[in-house]
Amino acid sequence: MGKTVSFISRRFGQYDPWSLTDYEAHGGFQALRRALAMDGYDIAALLSANGIQGRGGAAYDMGRKWTQARDVIAPDKCVVCNADEGEPGTFKDRELLRNDPFQVLEGMIIAGWSVNANNGYLYLREEYAHLRPLIQNAIRQCQEAGYLGENILNSGLNYRIHLYSGAGAYVCGEGSALSESVEGKAGRPRMKPPYIKQCGVFHLPTCVNNVESLSLVPNVLLDDEGFYKKQGTPECPGTKMISVSGNVNRPSVFEIPFGTTIREIIELAGGVTQGQELQLVQLGGASGRVAAPAQLDTPYTYQDMKQAGLTAIGSGAVLVVDKRTSVIGFLRMTQEFFSHESCGQCTPCREGNRHITLLLDKIAAGTHTQKDVDTMLKFANIMCGASLCGLGESAQSALLSAAAHFPEVFAVKQEVAIR
Amino acid sequence: MSKVHIKINNMPLEVEGGTLLIDAARQLGIDIPHMCYHHDQESKAHCRLCVVEVKGQRKLQTSCTTPVSEGMEVFTDTQKVYDAQVGILELMLADHKQNCLSCARSGNCELQTLCRRFNLLVPDLPDISSSEPLRVDNPSIVRDPAKCVKCGRCVKTCRDVQGIAALTYSGRSAGFRVTTAFDLPMAETDCVLCGQCSLVCPVGAIVEEDSTAAVRRAIQDPAKHVVVQVAPSVRVALGDEFGFAPGAIVTGQMTTALRMLGFDKVFDTNFAADLTIMEEGSELLERLNKGGKLPLITSCSPGWVTFVEKHHPELMEHLSTAKSPQGMFGAVVKTYYAQQMGWDPHDIVSVSVMPCTAKKFEARRPELGRDGYQDVDYVLTTRELAKLIRYEGLELKVLPESEFDSPLGTATGAGAIFGATGGVMEAALRTAYELYTGKTLKKLEFEAVRGFDGIKEAVIDLNGTPLKVAVAHTLKNADELLKRAHEYAFLEIMACPGGCIGGGGQPIGTDNALRQKRIDALYRLDASLPLRKSHENPEIKAIYERFFTAPLSHKAHELLHTHYQEQNTVSKIG
Repeated sequence: MGKTVSFISRRFGQYDPWSLTDYEAHGGFQALRRALAMDGYDIAALLSANGIQGRGGAAYDMGRKWTQARDVIAPDKCVVCNADEGEPGTFKDRELLRNDPFQVLEGMIIAGWSVNANNGYLYLREEYAHLRPLIQNAIRQCQEAGYLGENILNSGLNYRIHLYSGAGAYVCGEGSALSESVEGKAGRPRMKPPYIKQCGVFHLPTCVNNVESLSLVPNVLLDDEGFYKKQGTPECPGTKMISVSGNVNRPSVFEIPFGTTIREIIELAGGVTQGQELQLVQLGGASGRVAAPAQLDTPYTYQDMKQAGLTAIGSGAVLVVDKRTSVIGFLRMTQEFFSHESCGQCTPCREGNRHITLLLDKIAAGTHTQKDVDTMLKFANIMCGASLCGLGESAQSALLSAAAHFPEVFAVKQEVAIR
Repeated sequence: MSKVHIKINNMPLEVEGGTLLIDAARQLGIDIPHMCYHHDQESKAHCRLCVVEVKGQRKLQTSCTTPVSEGMEVFTDTQKVYDAQVGILELMLADHKQNCLSCARSGNCELQTLCRRFNLLVPDLPDISSSEPLRVDNPSIVRDPAKCVKCGRCVKTCRDVQGIAALTYSGRSAGFRVTTAFDLPMAETDCVLCGQCSLVCPVGAIVEEDSTAAVRRAIQDPAKHVVVQVAPSVRVALGDEFGFAPGAIVTGQMTTALRMLGFDKVFDTNFAADLTIMEEGSELLERLNKGGKLPLITSCSPGWVTFVEKHHPELMEHLSTAKSPQGMFGAVVKTYYAQQMGWDPHDIVSVSVMPCTAKKFEARRPELGRDGYQDVDYVLTTRELAKLIRYEGLELKVLPESEFDSPLGTATGAGAIFGATGGVMEAALRTAYELYTGKTLKKLEFEAVRGFDGIKEAVIDLNGTPLKVAVAHTLKNADELLKRAHEYAFLEIMACPGGCIGGGGQPIGTDNALRQKRIDALYRLDASLPLRKSHENPEIKAIYERFFTAPLSHKAHELLHTHYQEQNTVSKIG
């Protein structure tokens, strides 16, 4: 049985998230004070030393990202806290914002100091509108207390945080689409280059970080005993917030040490729904790959997951699906999601999704030929290799991994084969 | 930037650093397939057709966004690349309404060319093209959304070149498409019908309204006198459709072709351009002398006039009241010429060949007609004239050369250069200077207003009075110039890049390089003519003597001048 840990979730339920004073009483803003005495590059180096990879899904070395952001010479820069959390089955950022909003803001302010930015944008998923008053309150209290505004704590840092709500598009979790959305435009990804780090929100150099990544920062800064690095495995130290949902008895958010196996994660959530048999597990959200029951003992680390051909952590979503849902039925559901969420700009994603939907329908009806299966996989691969943004690239992860793990569900029915 | 060394398909290439891969490959004679990329536009990377392999990159890279860098190794010819490119082409084709044989762009469709190139015989995918109907909602441009490949070239041109953004993206996923605000008819949007969108569309999704059948019918009608006028910039572009070198001057072959097509009289709009100069130049002098509204702004370009009526109604008083050459010609044909010939104007079918889609709209303005008839009945674009010539089976290249009919067929070099940005200004200055100062110009060329710069300016010395003038082409540049319009006495503005030679009705394939060649051709034409000042045109002198008396006379005002009216757009209503 796996265990949970409390590192970034340590204050969950311990203080009143509406009260800055209470946050301070629980050690809040000590990390900022420490950070303001440090050089921005040293803060970034500390993140790298702890092996922290971005928690949004791309798993980019966070310290390296901040170093690159700091390197950009510009009169004005932005930090974005990506709280779009659109990946289906992912809800750990919601818990971080709901239970410890000040920690997120503290992380954003430290980011501003480290990379030399003057403005932070907290981009909140439309469906989290109920969290707006809480976050707005936190921003206001920080302003009143001098944690935001001019010359923060006499450091010379001028920094403001702006709360933005998305309009509901999944693709706005992608940095450039997010930037467009903040600018008030339709949320469609931009072509790259230029990259967000040079040209993001309002065409300023922009450093985008996930809620969980930013929440880690104050904790790592104060982690004198090296608690974080002692968690997990030597190769993959630390803790991770995961969202477990689907056919489990106790769907919830857990903070776990890296290295916990998928089986143990399911057990943490109370196991597969009573009396049901496991069909598959999808990791990292709708854009993630699926694992077959045989892969349950894979340790949840970047390296092991990658080696097993699974999504290396991604958004931290773990969706458990029992046998009441067929593999094809599950894939059609995922496909429906992407057919709705593709922005439509680029040919492979816009058109690929349409054709794959039709082909999956055929397979579900059992009227497909081997040619149909080949065509479907051909275009899934083209989407994966030639799309404009990460959405198109990863939209067929589930299909392609299912084709590897569950070839039998794509088999051509006898009578069709003879015809 | 300095040179870098790269390899494409193992072939070494030295190329300017920062060059896009797609352009670098062209230097080796390799055409990387593309759809959304257009060399006069910023890259969009929408279509993804131009993906290639770059050594060291896990993913395929779009060659329209990837700049070369030292040591880069690129492969455009691997199976992986072809699989992706052909697959994307299949996806595009499955979403494209395929009535190719009856499509206006059959034969010069970029999708068709790519399908032929990749030998796309039996595609794997079913036709899932949209059933959206044709949008025929204005006199100039017809849109066929079911053919749209969503490349975004029209959107880019409308936004970046013209600064209008009448066409934009809407919807997402399968519903992603190019349309107007709220799907409104073009005329109700900010659109000025310039047709630049039709010029960059790679397929048949945006084409000109086709008047060729109506014109053919009129020609066949024995009761009608069918006369045609040809705009200055058609003669330097039409050749593109028939295998002439870019910028070839095909005036003589064109007039012969028009006669073979059955037009009763073949006239030169350049004559009306000279007439425009007489009226507009006189208007300028009158405003200068009598303290009228300045700056005076030209009104030849119908896209520009609509732009003022839609977006800058406060400037309507500044627009010259002189009609455009097309408008003047139409009025002269159905009054003066009809009188001379003893024809009933109702029996005249007046056709004009224009480089322009907005001229179709202009011809329908109620101000440009009288007694129940329009001065110009049909407007053909250069592209449509080419269609008619092909219909007739004429080989333009081997036709003998002939002259325009006279009267109304003689023009000066001043009229000839109307088609180039700065041309109207230069023509006006040649006449205004001589009329104002009474002196003869020593040098006819006003170099400062020539060339492809977006905004050009000059100061002309009129007997000690400095006349400050400026020229802009494209509406985006115009909008920029208007911010300081009050600094000038006279402005020339043309809606299209390069002026009319770059108009929205010119042959498909018109790009900035071709525009430059056509501009050069017009100045060559000007230099070759014996008369180069509008007021020296003998036919112009004659028409004033016999009919109009003088510029700005009562009769001239009645027939050669017009007025403007504010137009509403959706962006104003909000």
